[in-house]
Amino acid sequence: MVSGLINANPVIYEKKQRQPRSAQSLPSDEYRVEPIDQQEIFDHIRDIKDPEHPYSLEELKVITEEAVEVNDQNSYVRVTFTPTVEHCSMATIIGLCLRVKLLRSLPSRYKVDIRVAPGSHATEAAVNKQLNDKERVAAALENPNLLDMVDECLAPSYD
Amino acid sequence: MDSFELKEVQRLEGHTDRVWSLDWNPATGHAGIPLVFASCSGDKTVRIWEQNLSTNLFSCKAVLEETHTRTVRSCAWSPSGKLLATASFDATTAIWENVGGDFECVSTLEGHENEVKSVSWNASGTLLATCSRDKSVWIWEVQPGNEFECVSVLQGHTQDVKMVRWHPTEDILFSCSYDNNIKVWADEGDSDDWQCVQTLGESNNGHTSTVWALSFNASGDKMVTCSDDLTLKVWETENIGMQSGGGFAPWRHICTLTGYHERTIFSVHWSRGGIFASGAADDAIRLFASNSESQVDGPLYKLLLKKEKAHDMDINSVQWSPGEKPLLASASDDGTIKVWDLIS
Repeated sequence: MVSGLINANPVIYEKKQRQPRSAQSLPSDEYRVEPIDQQEIFDHIRDIKDPEHPYSLEELKVITEEAVEVNDQNSYVRVTFTPTVEHCSMATIIGLCLRVKLLRSLPSRYKVDIRVAPGSHATEAAVNKQLNDKERVAAALENPNLLDMVDECLAPSYD
Repeated sequence: MDSFELKEVQRLEGHTDRVWSLDWNPATGHAGIPLVFASCSGDKTVRIWEQNLSTNLFSCKAVLEETHTRTVRSCAWSPSGKLLATASFDATTAIWENVGGDFECVSTLEGHENEVKSVSWNASGTLLATCSRDKSVWIWEVQPGNEFECVSVLQGHTQDVKMVRWHPTEDILFSCSYDNNIKVWADEGDSDDWQCVQTLGESNNGHTSTVWALSFNASGDKMVTCSDDLTLKVWETENIGMQSGGGFAPWRHICTLTGYHERTIFSVHWSRGGIFASGAADDAIRLFASNSESQVDGPLYKLLLKKEKAHDMDINSVQWSPGEKPLLASASDDGTIKVWDLIS
């Protein structure tokens, strides 16, 4: 039987070394507000599991640190992800996982845009429109099957 | 130059999830009847809020729960103010009757395949329209004894339909969609022969992304629409409704307000005094009015004011109250509703 996977043989990349969070603050800085930066956002999403493989989005290079744009002052984040194949039907699930993870991790003041990398997907505009329509996202997250799928991808891995 | 201020009168808490929409009861706010509005939320409930005539403050009078099993996306009072219709992601529309201060669910309208997104009563309260992610618009006739019969299923949109609104005086229905179009539906021939009589799309200066909402001015000859394309558009018709010969007077684009909004505009509402308010995902409320100093070819509408950080999160709905001196209410993802007074 032919494999039912969308991308049966994905390329796996080495994980980027985890950097310890910036040097210890001096005691006088204890209450200083640390702005949220690119690395922090990347740390929130790098371990999300791919919906069809036992690898993280980082290992599949679906997301990279460089693909995270953040402006803490304006409370704005944009994540650009690259599906492994350009007709990937899992793109909306991956986008939904990214959105939910950031929703659960970031302060509520944040505005989040999620998109596929330009040229990386056959129906790029349709996927982007769907991922950024909050009514559709809200309805999707009330669907128990979809929510289970998302929660599975977001479940912590123990490697 | 006139200076306006939008003053926060009250911040209402109670919903435990985002507030999607609200609707003022049109039979309140005059003749000594205190203002009432309903709000609906991702928490699956509807709340009824009433103003205290001595303090002018609003408090929650009723919570309508355990009927809808998913998000309640929108709500609408019948023109008489006696019935409240609520549209839910659970694919149903519920009709509630106010019986001595208690709200009873007297009817449930089923038929849509999935999420119902909007509901609207016609001016006489004899027809109801609903729309859904299933791309269809349904027209229901109100029968005696709180029965509702579906008289037409309108297909034409190619994506989910975000909002339906009846014209304020004529039995003409407007719908707007994720397919970027606004469609106008009328009953042209014999009864219940509803047809799409006009599509306002990109090719006639329409929106280039999802159209989220629309609202009419008091006289019903103008309409304003708002979109994910970050613009508001104003449309006009020469003749309201059907002409004597039976033909339909089309709507035409007269103005696009661009450059004012930074994120998706979810809501727009035109006051009877001629000011339209917009609520957007950039957390701000903006007010626009016709530009009286307009030169020939100058802008037709101008920004009266922008209220930054009106809420902590996206604003999903802005609605002017009925009554002599309207209040503005706004509903937000932050779970609160705010009541505003426009001071000039």
